[in-house]
Amino acid sequence: MDKVKKLTSKRLFMPIFCLVIMLIAAVIASPDFFKIGVQNGVLYGRIIDVINRGSEVVILAVGMTLVVAASAGTDISVGAVMAVVAAVTCSFIAGGQQSVNEYINNPILGAMLGILVGILCGCFNGLLVAKLKIQPMVATLILFTAGRGIAQLLTNGQITYVRVESFKKLGASIPGVPIPTAIFVTAFVVLLTLLLLKKTALGMYIETVGINSKAARLVGLKSTKIIFMVYAFSGFCASIAGLINCSRIYSADANNIGLNLELDAILAVALGGNSLAGGKFSLLGSVIGAYTIQTLTTTLYAVSVSSDQIPVYKAIVVVIIVSLQSPELMRMIRRLRAKSSVQTTSGKGAA
Amino acid sequence: MNKKIVAMLAASAMAVTMLPLNVFAEDDLITVGYAQVGAESDWRTANTESFKSTFTEENGYKLIFDDAQQKQENQIKAIRSFIQQEVDYIVVAPVVETGWETVLQEAADAGIPVILSDRMMDLADDSLYTCWVGGNFVKEGETCGQWIADYLESQGRGDEEINLVTIQGTIGASAQIGRTEGVANILAEHENWNMLDMQSGEFTQAKGQEVMESFLKSYDDIDVVICENDNEAFGAIDAIKAAGKTCGPEGDIIVVSFDSVKAAFDSMIAGDLNATFECNPLHGPRVAEIIQKLEAGEEVEKIQYVDEAYFDTSMDLEAILAERAY
Repeated sequence: MDKVKKLTSKRLFMPIFCLVIMLIAAVIASPDFFKIGVQNGVLYGRIIDVINRGSEVVILAVGMTLVVAASAGTDISVGAVMAVVAAVTCSFIAGGQQSVNEYINNPILGAMLGILVGILCGCFNGLLVAKLKIQPMVATLILFTAGRGIAQLLTNGQITYVRVESFKKLGASIPGVPIPTAIFVTAFVVLLTLLLLKKTALGMYIETVGINSKAARLVGLKSTKIIFMVYAFSGFCASIAGLINCSRIYSADANNIGLNLELDAILAVALGGNSLAGGKFSLLGSVIGAYTIQTLTTTLYAVSVSSDQIPVYKAIVVVIIVSLQSPELMRMIRRLRAKSSVQTTSGKGAA
Repeated sequence: MNKKIVAMLAASAMAVTMLPLNVFAEDDLITVGYAQVGAESDWRTANTESFKSTFTEENGYKLIFDDAQQKQENQIKAIRSFIQQEVDYIVVAPVVETGWETVLQEAADAGIPVILSDRMMDLADDSLYTCWVGGNFVKEGETCGQWIADYLESQGRGDEEINLVTIQGTIGASAQIGRTEGVANILAEHENWNMLDMQSGEFTQAKGQEVMESFLKSYDDIDVVICENDNEAFGAIDAIKAAGKTCGPEGDIIVVSFDSVKAAFDSMIAGDLNATFECNPLHGPRVAEIIQKLEAGEEVEKIQYVDEAYFDTSMDLEAILAERAY
């Protein structure tokens, strides 16, 4: 009993539990969910789809977790930043043309430029939040609304296509490697961030700032700098996600790239058992949360739920998962249980 | 030479009436405000271009163009600003179907006729708009279904068991509702046709690919994929190829789509796409025609369809593509 209690009280227990439940539900709904085959030299199967398609949300969730932890706010501009990055990269590579069949400019340089712009967007958010102390939601709302407009301007309101085989590699797979490239990139971003947080004191600093930024400043931490950094990092994550997304469709679709993904990223952070009020956080929790969302999406496709009902199912599952993780609800259940046990014992005593 | 004389006469006439030249010129132009959805696809861009090239000053119009970036509130704002600027006609391609009563009433109170383009509005009072111009989505769907029937017949598969899947558009969009209905009408005529699944690809390439990936894993034997726009088809084709199957006229799976954007022709020439059913974006000339009729005080029909065609790989696509404006 004690062992069970110890296990269930672990921070990551609930997120993992929810993911496992989702996966079990997925297998029941479509028995071949875990079937993995090889197609054209690449792994092929629903579970691969989940891991591959979940990449963008996982990467965004990594950045979002740090933003939430340090500033007790969310970066709602990440989806729009993805579109800006895609627009910058594609229109640079295509040399301003609407559709090209070969590179006009160096693609690596284009990607670098995209990442740079993404980080700059993040820095802009960071400046507003950390220096000017504007509420995160309001500060990032600026790029949330303006970002797609900027992306539209860059692409002249057109979808800019880069129809070159090698441009598709990031979103698809490299010949001879059986695993989709996006999975590698995701693993790299997650590991790099984990290493940075665990091997340096950065993780602790972020938590300290998130719990009480004034106290953190008094003990000698530069709160402003740390908050600025996490927003810049979130911009970096958004740019990587943007690059993957635009490589998948070998084009920059300013209206649709990263559309509503900021909400999925925030949801992933919440499903990962992280408090949106900042402070202590678990990066792996958010990653698990992101894959839970993607499992849900993929499963709903697999069971062929009619498309107009999909949002309803999603909402129901999210409500269940979030309330399962609510400490308040747990306390209420415990109290109810205690009450009933008191009643039964007192009942016995009276008899 | 004649023109010059006319112009000189006009200029002298103006001087006689002592009107400042620019005011006269502006009064002469018919001002049209166009609240466009955005620029989400090649189709939309062609639609915008059609308005911009039709409503030019040479043709006697002044066009105020507004790009709403897919947001209804932007369109409402645009319509209000058109009313303030006292335009002569308002043209709207509504982002969504509902929630327009108030702003259209304002336009009606200002006495400005409203013409709807492309998408319909869901209004309790039809008199709030003058007329609607657009494609007949149900007919497009029926044309598509009929094409599939004819194509299968020509391949000698008319009596075979045929499995279809549909990648739908954004649920609730007029194009999605109409095209789904049109295809369903033809589906009902064929007992050997079996619609396995319908999922929304939200009119985007990325979602189209994701949905097709899932379909391919759920069903081994898909014969026909119907995509409710071209972009979804591009995604679906990528997914089919990644799954080690082939599509197009030479392949295992028949892929058809709607809209007929330029990239769809490239895809047909490359042998990936079988056919595409046009949704004519060139609404500009038809709207201009209506405005001219209204100017002359004539009645116009409430619902006006633009002419639409289809294209498949049996045609000389290179030649058609070279001539096409979009």
